[in-house]
Amino acid sequence: MEELLLNKPEGKVILLGNEAIVRGALEAGVNFVSTYPGTPASEIGDLFFKIANKVGVYFEFSTNEKVALEAGIGASFSGLKTLVAMKSFGLNVALDALLPFLYTGTKGATVIIVADDPSCHSSAQSEENIRPISYLAHIPILEPSDPQECKDFTKLAFQISEKFKIPVMIRTTTRVAHQRMPVRLNPIRATRPGGVVGKFVKEPKRFITLPPRVLEMKKELLEKIEKIKQFSEKSPINLIGRGQTSAKSGKGIITAGVSYLYVMEALKELKISLPVLKLGFFYPLPEEKIKNFIKNFKKVLVIEELEPYLEKEVERLAKDVNCKLKVIGKDLIPEVGELKPEQVTSAIAKFTGLKIACPVGSRRLSFGENLKLKIPRRLPQLCPGCPYWLVISAIKKAVDLKKVIFGGEIGCYMLFGNSPINLQDYLSCMGSSVGIAHGIKKATGQKIITFVGDSSFFHAGIPALINTVFNKSNPLIIILENRTTAMTGHQPHPGAPVIPNGIKIEEIVRACGVKNLKAIDPINQKEFITTIKEFLNKKETSVIIAQRPCIWIKK
Amino acid sequence: MDKKMKKFNILIVGTGGQGQITLLQILTEAALSEGYDIKTSELHGLSQRGGSVEVHLRFGKKIYSPLVSQRKADLIIGLEMQECLKASYYASSKTNFMINKYFVPIPLQKIIPEDIILKNLKKFTKNIEVVPATEICQKKLGTNVVAGVYLISLSAFKKLIPLNPRTILKSIKKIIPEKYLELNLRTFELAKKG
Repeated sequence: MEELLLNKPEGKVILLGNEAIVRGALEAGVNFVSTYPGTPASEIGDLFFKIANKVGVYFEFSTNEKVALEAGIGASFSGLKTLVAMKSFGLNVALDALLPFLYTGTKGATVIIVADDPSCHSSAQSEENIRPISYLAHIPILEPSDPQECKDFTKLAFQISEKFKIPVMIRTTTRVAHQRMPVRLNPIRATRPGGVVGKFVKEPKRFITLPPRVLEMKKELLEKIEKIKQFSEKSPINLIGRGQTSAKSGKGIITAGVSYLYVMEALKELKISLPVLKLGFFYPLPEEKIKNFIKNFKKVLVIEELEPYLEKEVERLAKDVNCKLKVIGKDLIPEVGELKPEQVTSAIAKFTGLKIACPVGSRRLSFGENLKLKIPRRLPQLCPGCPYWLVISAIKKAVDLKKVIFGGEIGCYMLFGNSPINLQDYLSCMGSSVGIAHGIKKATGQKIITFVGDSSFFHAGIPALINTVFNKSNPLIIILENRTTAMTGHQPHPGAPVIPNGIKIEEIVRACGVKNLKAIDPINQKEFITTIKEFLNKKETSVIIAQRPCIWIKK
Repeated sequence: MDKKMKKFNILIVGTGGQGQITLLQILTEAALSEGYDIKTSELHGLSQRGGSVEVHLRFGKKIYSPLVSQRKADLIIGLEMQECLKASYYASSKTNFMINKYFVPIPLQKIIPEDIILKNLKKFTKNIEVVPATEICQKKLGTNVVAGVYLISLSAFKKLIPLNPRTILKSIKKIIPEKYLELNLRTFELAKKG
């Protein structure tokens, strides 16, 4: 970690993609950082949490991503250089605050980091691809391929934001955020010890998105995007490599993000040279550059992970300059799951008509075939000694599992869905277990126990609890208070007393009007079991707060 | 070591919590100090909670992909035996396996016995070495948490990793926190004796 703060521009240090983003922000002179933890973006917040005081940056773990972005917007309005980081699903939560921010634009340059997780290594709920948010919000999006680019693009994003007064997004994926490589450092921009104090200057035309001004703002936003498109056309981060753009072979490749690395690896392995256009900008696209690249080709292969947004753009642009162009993408590249380098090699071989020894999916050497052995999957498990085991044990003793519905949520306790626990009948986004439980109760009257973690409760559970009380339904809500955001790496939350006098969940629940309320340490199994039995038959909303800290936090 | 070496692909597999990321950092620093280009990949978060964890390390003259391709591993270090079966996806006849004789049971499943595992791995490669690293470390050092450091050090001494053991020692000193350094240095020495 000390290396992250080194101020010697010569030489290279090994950085993780997320560390490189932190370094890039420091080199750009960031003043204000906010986040809600989520893999694969968590290390950005973890690092700032450790170094903020030392480097004169204000840092906070906000209660959720929307609040984190709002804090960032406030800092930007006050002239501070701001960074906000979150994972893909966090952007869904923050979206409401994001769109108007594009209309007002920034005052202090602002960069938003969003990390997708193709293959859902650390994500339940959906395999999200946030790129089309750019169409919805008109926010520029840059896609780095490796840690060096994570650093360089973060700095560039601050420059673009500064120049065009617009927030800029960096989209990473797991294999970029959690990739290491030697990274060239530049000097860190000195910040004042204790941080920089901003100043909010009243400028009503600038920050108020009220009609009729709001439509003028939209026009101004679209004009900005047009200018940034010109910038994107000239930007060296949209680069053409490997041979000429001439039509000698009549073929070329367009790619972005981590896929670019697999393309370069494949060309080396196949010993062929093809023109490759690597797009650092996803939005706005350098359309003229793309048109120039494709105009003399017969075929172009678009290699991108997940949904084919680039492929569709290339198809659209080809209509202008080369209507006979064959645009190939998802015919050869899967749309589900992250790409593997061998899939890309296989696709390029097919595209260029090369035969390779063992293309992906060839029966002869496919994995299971060769082993003729069933290898059981090793799923993640709750840690031995996890306090949740006590909750599970009490529930299994207290109720007839077949007659009760169990609501799941995002946190370590989403593992309740795995064997041998099997206490989960639905699972959706953060804060949703309570909201959905209320709906099922209203729709069926069936008995339901639903789980929500403490960090999740602060994040998005409170409005759902209030709704349940207000609209009068009676699920049994078990709040798992382990005093930390455990799954993402034990970050603090408002109820976790890293800061003295954490906010008491019990008081919030009571203030929401819940009468059947008990806070119990689940080590007291007898009391826990009796309370479950009693509360499950109540006519009003009931809440048990299972209070026992995660075994990994210092008490 | 041959500086012209084009690339070397290592996979370290095991279960969450076996220290794969620390081992990755040690090898990465060593490869950097020998002047190689490097790319690695790892997983954080949920997948670390006792699930299967594989980390990838590639170094050489110029490296692009952070992931090792199917059948392209030069060395697979298995911190747990059953996990090596999954890693055989990356194995070819040229691959070396360095395996810790150690089992972490999979809940509700029978442990796949060593002979079945080895019989299957031999379909890919003859170069398989099984070392009771966990047992050795427990016996000689009083703890098995250093089994991974033992295995990578041993791999270097046996020239299964084209990095000088001395550079590995240097990067152990750089990566391991002072509190645990002495134990890890003793582990390195233990591996030296083979």
